[in-house]
Amino acid sequence: MSDSEKKKPNRRDFIVTATTAAGAVGVGAVVWPLVDQMNPDASVKALASTEVDISAVEPGQSITVLWRGKPVFIKRRTKEEIESARAVDLSELKHPEKDEDRAKNPEWLVMLGVCTHLGCVPLTDKGDYGAWFCPCHGSHYDTSGRIRKGPAPTNMEVPKYEFVNSNTIKIG
Amino acid sequence: MSDHEYTPKSKVGKWFNDRLPLLTLANHLTDYPTPKNLNYWWTFGGILTFCLITQIITGIVLGMHYVAHADLAFQSVEHIMRDVNYGWLIRYVHANGASMFFLAVYIHIFRSLYYGSYKSPREVIWIIGMLIYFLMMATAFMGYVLPWGQMSFWGATVITNLFSAIPLVGESITNWLWGGYSVDNPTLTRFFSLHYLFPFLILGLVVLHIWALHVPGNNNPIGIDIKKPSKDTVPFHPYIVIKDAFALLIFLLIFAFFVFFSPNILGHADNYIEANPLVTPAHIVPEWYLLPFYAILRSVPDKLLGVIAMFAAIFVLVILPWLDTSKVRSTVFRPIYKQFYWFLVADVLILGYVGAMPAEGIYLLIARVATAYYFAHFLLILPFLGFKEKTTPLPLSITEPILGGSPDMAMARDNSNYKEKL
Repeated sequence: MSDSEKKKPNRRDFIVTATTAAGAVGVGAVVWPLVDQMNPDASVKALASTEVDISAVEPGQSITVLWRGKPVFIKRRTKEEIESARAVDLSELKHPEKDEDRAKNPEWLVMLGVCTHLGCVPLTDKGDYGAWFCPCHGSHYDTSGRIRKGPAPTNMEVPKYEFVNSNTIKIG
Repeated sequence: MSDHEYTPKSKVGKWFNDRLPLLTLANHLTDYPTPKNLNYWWTFGGILTFCLITQIITGIVLGMHYVAHADLAFQSVEHIMRDVNYGWLIRYVHANGASMFFLAVYIHIFRSLYYGSYKSPREVIWIIGMLIYFLMMATAFMGYVLPWGQMSFWGATVITNLFSAIPLVGESITNWLWGGYSVDNPTLTRFFSLHYLFPFLILGLVVLHIWALHVPGNNNPIGIDIKKPSKDTVPFHPYIVIKDAFALLIFLLIFAFFVFFSPNILGHADNYIEANPLVTPAHIVPEWYLLPFYAILRSVPDKLLGVIAMFAAIFVLVILPWLDTSKVRSTVFRPIYKQFYWFLVADVLILGYVGAMPAEGIYLLIARVATAYYFAHFLLILPFLGFKEKTTPLPLSITEPILGGSPDMAMARDNSNYKEKL
């Protein structure tokens, strides 16, 4: 065959290309359900919000509730804790976030009680900053739940939440 | 593959063999020429096959009684231990069998490192072996999650969170792995399913591993190429079969000691507490066989780099045949590498030790030094040593140093001492 004949696609080339393309789409259509079935299912997603009664929490106390299978810390902070969290210079932080942005109502800090390193639950009122300390790999968090020391890359996550009334928080 | 034409003696055998040459295969495996100087470190292939079969059989039996559900798993394991006839025995064999499997595989790997069994022409055997090792770790990890105790749950949380270190898609991947927003029932059921599947994948790879082995034939303690069959070889059956069987018997004594006298010594007491997503145990440690990698993970202060370092620690092993530039296989003839070999053994043991200790103070420092040395061994020392090291002369054949005609009698003596030691 000469070069010009090689370059010109004939009917067989068309059939091969079309069959391959249709086959690829078919394989994709079969594989995707097999992959996607592993994603969070409808029943898991349905548990997306939780209401918590916080009327019994005294200043300085912290409660832990379960939301989407993960612990959520709800801490009623003392004046000193709020002040120490707000006094921090943002340039000192590994993951700079203002305490004002993390705790809209300064008395209440609501965040996922999940260390952002490898997912352990940090211990409350422990560590170098007198707030949270993760026993697994030694991450220290401050009174705003911000990472200060250790391997965790980011601050503990603040979930979406709102005050339904002064005694109830809705998480999610 | 077959070294000579084989014809079954019986008519039925011949009829069958013409249609499916299984008897030819059996004959190949029986007559397979094996170097006559193989020592006991070579018996671990057989021991590992035994371990795999044991895990599959005990695992299938446990699967008949176990319930893969977050609310029932822990109870069902206790049910196996207390109510099922011989359930305690079968579960203890399975749980300790995993440890024995890893003990044997580590000896097998370090034997290969000592005698250069990963070098040309055996690179593919080595890579398949590394795949098997990787699948073993995944299988063991998922199996450890199934009893749904505290260590199960938090071990699963920490390990699956490794994937969250991946930029951009990390969170989607962990949610996909979990089937939710944390380790929960969907995670448990899929781990059970995969824990059941993986041993059969390993079995398939073991067949390929042995097939790839039978193409060039076994390496041997002096690491030279040998003619097959020749004065340097013996048939696999009965010589190697009986040696393997004896070694297996000794191995089973140790195995039985763990099963009957200290079945929980290799586990964690925390795993007899049911999983609680609100409380992390004070001190999370993986099973002993994963500790060196865990130490490497923790020695790096950055999350993503720590994960990369851990996977790289396995990957350097995969590419080892190309990192070791020395043409001489056996460490017997490599006086300098021999020292570095034992440094590496010590280094891995140290990593294992600090992996079990809290990641702070002196332990963290030791872990960092040991991690640096681990990578230096493979990425700096090995490639360099191959060019610089002056190796001692190789014998022409296995029998040569013993039956005379050796150019270097001192080495012949060395060799025999060496064999006695093992």
